[in-house]
Amino acid sequence: MVYLYIFIMAFVTYLIRVIPLTVFRKKITNRFVCSFLYYVPYACLTAMTVPAVFYATKGVPSALAGVAAALVLSCCRKGLAEVAVGACIAVFLVEQFFM
Amino acid sequence: MPIGIIHKMKAELKEGLKDGLPIALGYLSVSFSIGIMAISSGLTVFQGAWMSLTNVTSAGQFAGLAVIASGGTVLELMLTQLIINLRYALMSLSLSQKLSGHISLWQRMVIAFANTDEIFAVAVNHSKSLTFPYMVGLESLPVLGWTGGTVIGAAAGQVLPASVSSALNVALYGMFIAIVVPAAAKIRPVLIVVILAAALRCILYYLPWFSGVSAGTAIIICTVLASAAGAVIFPVPQEESEEKE
Repeated sequence: MVYLYIFIMAFVTYLIRVIPLTVFRKKITNRFVCSFLYYVPYACLTAMTVPAVFYATKGVPSALAGVAAALVLSCCRKGLAEVAVGACIAVFLVEQFFM
Repeated sequence: MPIGIIHKMKAELKEGLKDGLPIALGYLSVSFSIGIMAISSGLTVFQGAWMSLTNVTSAGQFAGLAVIASGGTVLELMLTQLIINLRYALMSLSLSQKLSGHISLWQRMVIAFANTDEIFAVAVNHSKSLTFPYMVGLESLPVLGWTGGTVIGAAAGQVLPASVSSALNVALYGMFIAIVVPAAAKIRPVLIVVILAAALRCILYYLPWFSGVSAGTAIIICTVLASAAGAVIFPVPQEESEEKE
């Protein structure tokens, strides 16, 4: 039964991913659509992060510390992994010493 | 096949692997919590690993585990997956525009399998048009990291202190910030779209009238509105979005 549920999850998720990739084989030339698709990743990642990130840890203060660390590190052009680890360390330290 | 093409394919594969490594490391820590949740939802370590290997989606798997744990119906499961993961349709559509024209149908079907938030973000930021070897390289390590982290989390997660798992929860968001901030700092229209998306998401999150809107639906609404506003106010010059074939 669990395997059936896992299969259904995988199947639905794959269909969502594969249909747009296989149907739109040609380059889209419409300027509005191109511009829209250009902004999608930034808008989508932002909507997933704010405000959920503030409630992802034990409390808002440590989450704020994590966000601050991530902002500073990414402004310094650090890589994805460094920013992610830096944010985790900031949360950990604030929770250890201040919460 | 001429030697030159094989060399180029190898270089592309290597570049993809290199770009995928930080994502894989991030996933290794994030998928820990998926592993822990899989066990607490009544799955075995193997089932948890199988779920991560076949789904490769954080929010979708969390929601799916919640449905399984509560004994939900198949229809409920399908609907939650559809709504939460519908953003991937937007991402796949966006990605389809960046793929090199030489990529065949079956290659597109392989690439689609692991089009996650982070892989998509790195792929669309890639300076060249995307080849099949690059995408295979980019996707393979993160899938391994995602599955491996789930196994470690499921097998050893319960011994992890709460302080560590609380800190690991921000890893995924840290990666999102690392993708958005450099672009927003450099390109003014991106910054405005980002602020708009954040503001819309907060409105849907905090105002009581919208409390019935699920997180997955809210993300789609905010993405579509903010991106459409950006496209109307700041149309991207044609050559910047993609060169013609």
